[in-house]
Amino acid sequence: MDIHEYQAKEILARFGVPVPRGGLAYSPEQAGYRARELGGNAWVVKAQIHSGGRGAAGGVKLCRSADEVHAFAATLFGKQLVTKQTDAAGKGVYRVWVENASDIAQELYLGFVLDRKSERIMIVASAHGGIEIEDLAESDPDSLRRMTIDPAVGLSEFQARELAFALGLKGGQIAQMVTTLRACYRAYRDLDAVMVEINPLVITGSGDLVALDAKMSFDTNAMFRQSGIAELRDRSQEDPRESTAGDHGLSYVGLDGDIGCIINGAGLAMATMDMIKLAGGEPANFLDIGGGASPERVVRAFRTVLTDSKVSVVLVNIFAGINRCDWVAQGVVQAYQEVGLTIPVIVRLAGTNVEEGKAIIDNSGLPLISADTLAEAAAAAVSARNASVANKAA
Amino acid sequence: MAILITEKTRVIVQGMSGRIGSFHAADMIRYGTNVVGGVTPGKGGETHLELPLFNTVREAVEATGAEASLVFVPPPFAADAIMEAADAGIRTAVCVTDGIPSQDMMRLKRFLKRYPSERKLRLIGPNCAGIISPGKGFMGIMPPHIYMQGRVGIVGRSGTLGYEAASQMQALGIGVSTSVGIGGDPVNGSSFRDILELFESDPETDAVMMIGEIGGPQEAEAAAYARDHMRKPVVAYIAGLSAPKGRKMGHAGAIVSAFGESAQEKVEILAAAGITVAPNPSAMGETMAMVLTQRKVA
Repeated sequence: MDIHEYQAKEILARFGVPVPRGGLAYSPEQAGYRARELGGNAWVVKAQIHSGGRGAAGGVKLCRSADEVHAFAATLFGKQLVTKQTDAAGKGVYRVWVENASDIAQELYLGFVLDRKSERIMIVASAHGGIEIEDLAESDPDSLRRMTIDPAVGLSEFQARELAFALGLKGGQIAQMVTTLRACYRAYRDLDAVMVEINPLVITGSGDLVALDAKMSFDTNAMFRQSGIAELRDRSQEDPRESTAGDHGLSYVGLDGDIGCIINGAGLAMATMDMIKLAGGEPANFLDIGGGASPERVVRAFRTVLTDSKVSVVLVNIFAGINRCDWVAQGVVQAYQEVGLTIPVIVRLAGTNVEEGKAIIDNSGLPLISADTLAEAAAAAVSARNASVANKAA
Repeated sequence: MAILITEKTRVIVQGMSGRIGSFHAADMIRYGTNVVGGVTPGKGGETHLELPLFNTVREAVEATGAEASLVFVPPPFAADAIMEAADAGIRTAVCVTDGIPSQDMMRLKRFLKRYPSERKLRLIGPNCAGIISPGKGFMGIMPPHIYMQGRVGIVGRSGTLGYEAASQMQALGIGVSTSVGIGGDPVNGSSFRDILELFESDPETDAVMMIGEIGGPQEAEAAAYARDHMRKPVVAYIAGLSAPKGRKMGHAGAIVSAFGESAQEKVEILAAAGITVAPNPSAMGETMAMVLTQRKVA
């Protein structure tokens, strides 16, 4: 689960990370007011969306007067900001952060991630920050320092000090860096984060460290014990189809093709999408209905898949273990009737109660296409898709 | 022999009296698994499914000599339940639970290191379908009838894709020694490499089917192990060739975030290590059949 930059800065500041002074605005007027309230003669106005690359997309600007802050904020509110990390629709701007501009002498990179190899939290840092970590790993891989943290001990001062010296920091900056690193680690650990990134962490003209940007992402599996974090969820930044599907126990990811997929199990879902692609088609989505799916959940899956108007055929592929083929088949029949389906539906069932399931499909009197194997199902879906495209063209 | 579970393995179920635990424990007993009891704190002394319930894993181990535990405990308490099993001397724990926080898993893995190797717990999962040695016993939630007894080991992250492989092999007359689901989480108990090691030294396994997916370094690590240490052939399939970068595909661990984590890159790494990679998911069975035939001819 992602949160906004300003929220990450507030959290990290609470743990002891130095951040610039700033204020949040929900309107252009409020943005101008924030600038006057903060004082000074230069402000940075930043669109708050759940995506990086905002600067290049025109979502960040240095302003020299409160009127300029107001005017720039007015161009942001309500806009869909498209960055290289968002899809073509972009993300809506509903909040703007105004902060005192910092005097930048040097930009560092600092990230905390879960390293799957060591199964520990890993710090990644570089003395050359300010660009995306992926680009940094390409352009300047030797500048990256990595360090893993023993969960039984936590981040030791000596480790933090080693890293501070390795980054070329001097004098009072060493102690500031140790404080910043330990604060980030505690925030990561205490709040069940999966990622903390400060990019850039700047050294100001007077030699002090300040977190100019901050990003935090959290483990959704831990939200049961992080109610304060769970409250920060901003649905305006999510794909509404994905979040609605999630509310109903379905795991859904929208893609670019036109063959809708309803499958049980993440691995089988990915394999089915691969098979569709090999057969010459393009999947419209990833959708895992999960275990023990009731007919109602199957109907919900159909509704979710069909919200994508590109979908010209639906492929249902179920290998039931804790699922039941008869329930899934009932769900398919119910969906046909309730949703008023007019596009072809291919159904492949295997595993628990497969005979009962197939009987329901075959006796339904509906134009459902049955398939016995994964390969047959994918081939049938692609040929039904091609037929429907040809029909439309004719 | 098989690996991890035989007809003799004494199994307890943590969370046996719950609705889901109850359902699957009954299925395991029907199949012939040697289930000897269950653990539900506060229900010690009662019986369930005609088996004794215990308050703690330690009591269960002392009374029944249990060696293995199936963990059906909700996510907030699952890591703790596994630590309890490790401390009580259980050697194999299988955890089906989906949704354990990753920091709980990090701490748990660190905790398991404190025991000497002769009494260390081997964790399978979490977020997995379980393990089955066909005709002998199983611990988990799989439909046991799709597994035919035989001499090929299966190891995979995904439950349903493992079923797919087993049924394709069954259709070609190829049976399974043991099938192991290692689960779809980013931090998991046993890796592909850990399970390959067990299959390599199992006299009842001739070859291994390995089913990986996008995300994480474990397939590459397994490839290096197979190349350097295995005499038995390995057939692999990697799911997610069509998955876009940076999007999480269902499994918490199925996300491409670093070099070598996409399906294409993993396929290349496996092939370079001499592993036969099935070209598509419906060719897992036939690729295994081909490799077994070549083996016989050679």
